[in-house]
Amino acid sequence: MEYTASADDGSTDDATITVLVHRLGADDTLPEIDPGEGWAKNDAFAIGAWRSGLMRVDRNDEKGRDVGHQVIAVNGTPIAPGGQVQTEFGRVGMSPKGTLNFEPTKGWQMEPIWLPSPEAVMARLKDIASEGYRGSTLWQHLGFSLFRVVVGFALGALVGIPLGYAMGLSGWFRGWFDPIVEFMRPVPPLALIPLVIIWAGIGEAGKIILLFLAALWIMAIAARAGVSGVNITKVHAAYSLGASKFQIMRYVIVPNSLPEIFTGARVAMGVCWGRWSPPNWWRRKRAQA
Amino acid sequence: MSGLLIENLSMRFDLPNGGHVQALQDVSLDLAAGELLSVLGPSGCGKTTLLNIVAGFLAPTDGQITLNGHAVIGPDAERGMVFQQGALFEWMSVRENVSFGPRMKGQREQEYGQAVDHLLDIVGLQDFKEKAIYELSGGMQQRVALARCLANDPDVILMDKPLGALDALTREKMQSLVLKLWKETGKTIILITHSVEEALLLGERLLVMAPRPGRIHREYRLPFADLGVGQDLREVKKHPEFATRREEILGMIWDMEEEIMGRSEADQ
Ligand SMILES: Nc1ncnc2c1ncn2[C@@H]1O[C@H](COP(=O)(O)OP(=O)(O)OP(=O)(O)O)[C@@H](O)[C@H]1O
Ligand SMILES: [Mg+2]
Repeated sequence: MEYTASADDGSTDDATITVLVHRLGADDTLPEIDPGEGWAKNDAFAIGAWRSGLMRVDRNDEKGRDVGHQVIAVNGTPIAPGGQVQTEFGRVGMSPKGTLNFEPTKGWQMEPIWLPSPEAVMARLKDIASEGYRGSTLWQHLGFSLFRVVVGFALGALVGIPLGYAMGLSGWFRGWFDPIVEFMRPVPPLALIPLVIIWAGIGEAGKIILLFLAALWIMAIAARAGVSGVNITKVHAAYSLGASKFQIMRYVIVPNSLPEIFTGARVAMGVCWGRWSPPNWWRRKRAQA
Repeated sequence: MSGLLIENLSMRFDLPNGGHVQALQDVSLDLAAGELLSVLGPSGCGKTTLLNIVAGFLAPTDGQITLNGHAVIGPDAERGMVFQQGALFEWMSVRENVSFGPRMKGQREQEYGQAVDHLLDIVGLQDFKEKAIYELSGGMQQRVALARCLANDPDVILMDKPLGALDALTREKMQSLVLKLWKETGKTIILITHSVEEALLLGERLLVMAPRPGRIHREYRLPFADLGVGQDLREVKKHPEFATRREEILGMIWDMEEEIMGRSEADQ
């Protein structure tokens, strides 16, 4: 691109800027350039992709800032401090003090910090699998996650299924617990993180409580649906075949509700697995703190 | 004193909107042991309600029921029920369904095994006893339901449209089966149906009920059930009295339906 500069004496001159946009960490040797005619000399800069850089074009010019060097236009478009000019290759801005900066067009490629390339991911995976991460091996990390999910889910099922059965069988239980369950169910477990940290700290217990809460409502609702899904004629038939209340529970209601409970368990397992990344992330936060 | 005695039975359902339905009003009935009573009536006349009360699933608002001299309260194995459909336990095999009653009483395989296999033989399901319920046709499922009820050896068998979901041919075979089982076991049976022919064929006695409030409209004593045992039911239908009765009862129910329609039109 070209810039036009003026000095205190009223003279103006044009010069060319050559910018080398290079990959981060790659070779950034500046190309050789011809200084050119006039008191404003041609410049060369190197700027990393996805970055921006200052261009002190006055540095090599014969008339410097001490004599009022000021860039007044880029590619013929006037520019003033605080303003900017869009060029074919990127945006040229001017700081309030009059220094140019250049932000090359990013194009369609995404910066690796947002989405690393598959090769980078594979390399890092190999690295973590062999070397471990923060002092524990990958398998230890996975083991901890699995442990948390299994314990959290098991506790959730252990409390949730009897609660669901009680709600399905007794109007009293339904009256008391339905509002609680229906209120808690849509609350995303992530929203409970602050509360759980306050109650249980950031140790293993807190993470398990979080997963427990994720599984609890799902299992309770599945068990309740399983019970209320029992066709009343089956219960009547069992009664008139001489079954006791306990036998009806054992031979009719429980087997009839199992499909619902397994569906619930599958959903709850999925949700619990989905939750293990936040606790891990939270552990990293702890490591930083 | 043996038999089923129903005295001045009334049932009133209170509705959430403050109104109420008089499903049964002052229904009295005396059924001797071993009698087969079929019940007919337009939809909503309280047939199911009556049966549910006898089964003990519902407590009547008024009146009482006595079976073999003792008052009926709540469901009991002495009163078996055969539902239209959906009452079999899908998570059990055919044989497990049929042996459910004895097993709930704590009987062992040695005690109930023979009787259960005999029943499976009678209903023609010996080859299907280890099958799952969903592998059976509708007619086979109803035979399982009949066998399951009989395996429990109840005094009274209550049937709410037991053959209502079957096709005409299967239905006819099942009607013969019901008659055969009735004669062989000597059970007291109340059978609800919406088919006038079925009610005439199977009912030694026939009850026609009228709606709003549900009450007994007319009672018949019929010869056809006895004729039908061991005979083709199509032959029974050729009996001269059969056609007369059928027309008479059809007309009766038709009039009731007309009246209901007229009344609900007047309501609007
Ligand atoms: N649990 C209930 N609550 C309120 N009303 C009821 C209840 N059960 C039955 N009824 C009413 O009682 C009346 C009789 O119902 P019922 O089921 O006994 O009729 P039905 O003769 O068996 O009819 P269908 O031939 O259609 O089976 C109907 O008007 C019905 O709406
Ligand atoms: Mg009915």
